[in-house]
Order: sequence, then C-alpha cells, then structure tokens
Amino acid sequence: MFPITKCLPVLLVAGAAIVPLAGRAQQAGQAPITFKSVTIDLPTGERMFPGEAQAEAINNNCLACHSAGMVLNQPAMPKAAWETEVHKMINVYKAPVAAEDVPAIVAYLASTKGSK
Amino acid sequence: MKITALSPRTSSRRHFLRTAGAVGLGAAAAPAWAETMMRFSPPLPGGPNERPLVTDYPTKGAMILQRTRPPLLETPFEVFDQGVFTPNNRFFVRWHWANIPTDVNADTFRLAVHGHVNQTLSLSLKDILALPRVELAAVNQCSGNSRGYFQPRVPGGEWSNGAMGNARWTGVRLKDVLDRAGVKAGAIQVRFNGLDEPVVPDGPDFLKSLELDHARDGEVMIAYAMNGEQLPLLNGFPLRLVVPGWYSTYWVKMLSDIEVLDKPDDNFWMAKAYTIPDTPHASIKPGETDFKSVPISRMVPRSFITNLKPGETVHTGASTLVRGIAFGGDTGVSRVDVSLDGGKTWQPSQLGADEGKYSFRLWQMQFTPAAPGEQTLMVRCTNSNGVVQPAEANWNPSGFMRNVIETTQVKAA
Repeated sequence: MFPITKCLPVLLVAGAAIVPLAGRAQQAGQAPITFKSVTIDLPTGERMFPGEAQAEAINNNCLACHSAGMVLNQPAMPKAAWETEVHKMINVYKAPVAAEDVPAIVAYLASTKGSK
Repeated sequence: MKITALSPRTSSRRHFLRTAGAVGLGAAAAPAWAETMMRFSPPLPGGPNERPLVTDYPTKGAMILQRTRPPLLETPFEVFDQGVFTPNNRFFVRWHWANIPTDVNADTFRLAVHGHVNQTLSLSLKDILALPRVELAAVNQCSGNSRGYFQPRVPGGEWSNGAMGNARWTGVRLKDVLDRAGVKAGAIQVRFNGLDEPVVPDGPDFLKSLELDHARDGEVMIAYAMNGEQLPLLNGFPLRLVVPGWYSTYWVKMLSDIEVLDKPDDNFWMAKAYTIPDTPHASIKPGETDFKSVPISRMVPRSFITNLKPGETVHTGASTLVRGIAFGGDTGVSRVDVSLDGGKTWQPSQLGADEGKYSFRLWQMQFTPAAPGEQTLMVRCTNSNGVVQPAEANWNPSGFMRNVIETTQVKAA
C-alpha cells in the first residue's frame, strides 16, 4: 500500500494491526529503528507572471519568497483586497518590495485577478 | 536561500509569453508547459479550478500543485477512498518559508530543549529512540483545508478538501522529553521551532506554542515515524510534533528546538497569524470587523463521501454503496448519518473499525435510488462530545475551520 522510499520495515508490525488505539498514545513495540539521512532537490518554480511590461514589477519583486502559481491560483478579488495583500507581504512578511513598484504590482493584480 | 532581486530570465519568460500570448490572458492560470491538469470536484466557486497534477517532488507520488515554492501540495481526493490511512507519498505538504533544508543528516541532527528548564538538552535521534516509544493514529489537517469553497472567496492557499491526511504516528511523548530537561516552576508555555527559516532577514520565523499542561498531557508527541516509515522530508524528517485533535499549524515539522517559556508567547505566528473569531464556528458576517480573535486550536467534526463524485450516475432500483471517511475533530466519531433527500431525513451509516479517537473512521451505507433524476446525498458526523457538523457554512477572513455538512449531487438513471 505504501510504495515508497526509505522504509523502516520493522516498525509497523506489532502494535499497529492488533492493538486498538485508544485516545492516549499507546506504548508500541520495541523493534530496532534506524534512520537514513535524506538529501533531495525541490522544484524551484521558474514560471513568470505573464504580461510583459505590466508584469515587470511583480516579476521583479514577488518571486524571491514564493513562486507565481500561488498568486495565479487566487480568486478574483477587489483592488482594495489586493492592496491589502501586497502591504501584508511588505509589513508582515518583510518582503523587500521597492516602494515605487507597489502601485504597478497592485495594478497588475487588479487587472488580471480583479473583481468588483 | 540568498535574496536577490530576481530579474526575469529571458528564456523562460519568452517561452511563457509565446505560449500565453496564443491563448490570451484568460489562460494565465494554466502553466505554459505541458502538464497534466486536474479539476476540483466540486469546483471552487468562481475559479480558478484547474491545478497541475505533479510527480516531481521527491518522496511524493502524484500531488495537486497549489504552490511550487514554498511547497503546497494537496492530496487528490480519490486517495481518501483507498483506505483509512493516507499513504506517506500522497500526504499533503504545506510550508510557510522556502528556506527548507534539503539535506538532513540523521547522525548529526540534534533536538535542543532549553529555556525555563533545569537542564538544557541536546538530543540525538539515538537519544530520542531510547525513550519509551508510543504510537497513535491521528488526522493532520490544515487550518485552511477547503478554503477554496468559502463564499465570498478569501485569499490564501486555495485548497479543495485534500489538505488533510490520517497517519499512524510513532515517536515519544513530549512529556518524557520535558521531564528529562526538568521544567522549572513558573513555566507556562512551550514553544517549538523547526529547521525551516524565513527567506528574508527580518521575516518572522515560524514558531508555535502550546500551554504547558497541554504539552505535558501525555498525548502530544514527537514523532519520528509515520505509517511505519521515517517521515518524508517534506512532511518534517526527522522529527515532527504531533498534537492530536488540533489543527496542523501546531504540528511543527523538522522539529529542532523546544523552548520552555515563563511568559506567554507573543510571536507573530501565535498572536497574529492562525487566529479565528471567538464566535460559534469561528464564523462572522463577511465585512464584519468588530470581533475578538483567538488562536485556532481544536478541530471540529467532518465527513465526506469518497466513492461517488458529484454528477456521477447511479442506477435506479439498484442497491448502491455510498461510503467515505469521517473524523470527530478533537474526539472520536460517535455516528455518521446520511441523507438521501437533501437533509430532510437522516439515516445512520455503518461505521468501520475504530483506529483511535483521533483517526479517520470509515463509514458506509447501501441505498436504492427509487426514481430517475437528481439525488442529493448528504453526510453528517456527530462526535463523541455530541458536536454535530453545521448545515450552514461558516465564514471568516482567513478561510479557517470549514466543516459544513457536505452535499454530493448524483444522477439516478
């Protein structure tokens, strides 16, 4: 059922199938356990915001912290809501967004993901 | 990760514009490269409803891509029909900051315990294995699971119903680790930190806290295995806090630091983020601003039909199986009822094996569609404290704690 990676083959067995688990964490079997160090590569997401010149500000300022898909998956929202989001990124999450780029970022979001 | 002003990479940008230009801005939500796309069912109101289904995350099988970096990966809903435990390679993934170690050494890893304690500890995985081993089945659910169904819509991870999973967690009691350090008189909370870090210098590091009594209740555990295997890196290898019955925000991944506090934790992730209106169902009217906020905490009951999809055809006059999963939230499932008439009448389903009060529980029922046409199926969980799923959806600006009774329209033919 779990066609995966680094197995600890011994671990499930005893307690798992037989002992019904009540609310409290149950004392489990004491089969030996080993850990395997892990090294992986994560996808970085190099997709850009579409829209040429209009997208320049958002592409230059917003992709350091997160990939573009997060924004493109958002629902349409009023301009004021986008304004709030951009300022939240700056004030709360300390996104290094150039102040002069804020209006262009908000304008881009309001025009591509805007609602009344 | 180093912070640099990312300038558009000419090649990928051109590639994108070429493709996007052909279909117009309306297709902006779809990636430019060839990918398998999936659609949520039921659809997220107002969209976008399409997401890539990806297989390029190490240790993960096919997952719904909500965000590449930092990763937000959703479990495709059909996985929940395959059993009560969610396989590790299909278990949802959610990180707050993109600075995630991708190389974790099991031999040199240490868990620090410090703060208001008699003795500061630096525990190796070997030290942790030497403590009494415990095991518990528990649902891990994102506070914002199902956020995409909020109306009006709210910003955030636009999840369907797959930001949840159920696993058998193996590890040690947090209490045993705290006892080894010796909590000093005057301690009131315990704060947890993982190896992930903000990508910007002043960004708030992701830290979560529990009240001392909760931390020492013997249920909260430090897990080193999930469904009998070491944790996938994306789910927190090598150690993850397990807080049974509480939302996933407290289940700190890559747990590396435990600090016992003698003052309430006022860090951003406790005081500002992950807070809910202090109202029934954490619900307010859209636009309302005058309400008290409290940190999110205990989960509430939910239930889902997993074997019939919206719009699916069933046979008139034929005995039909409807089945799914339910969980009680912060306690067990008492009953799961099904309505075949849009909520007018309810009948009990048959519950599957009890894997523990914090686990998913299977339920099933046979029904026979009497006449051709639309049939509205609803499923409703009542937990052991008598808490029932509400008929009306809650709303709050963060999209947290959705647990409305789910409705599935099928067609009898």
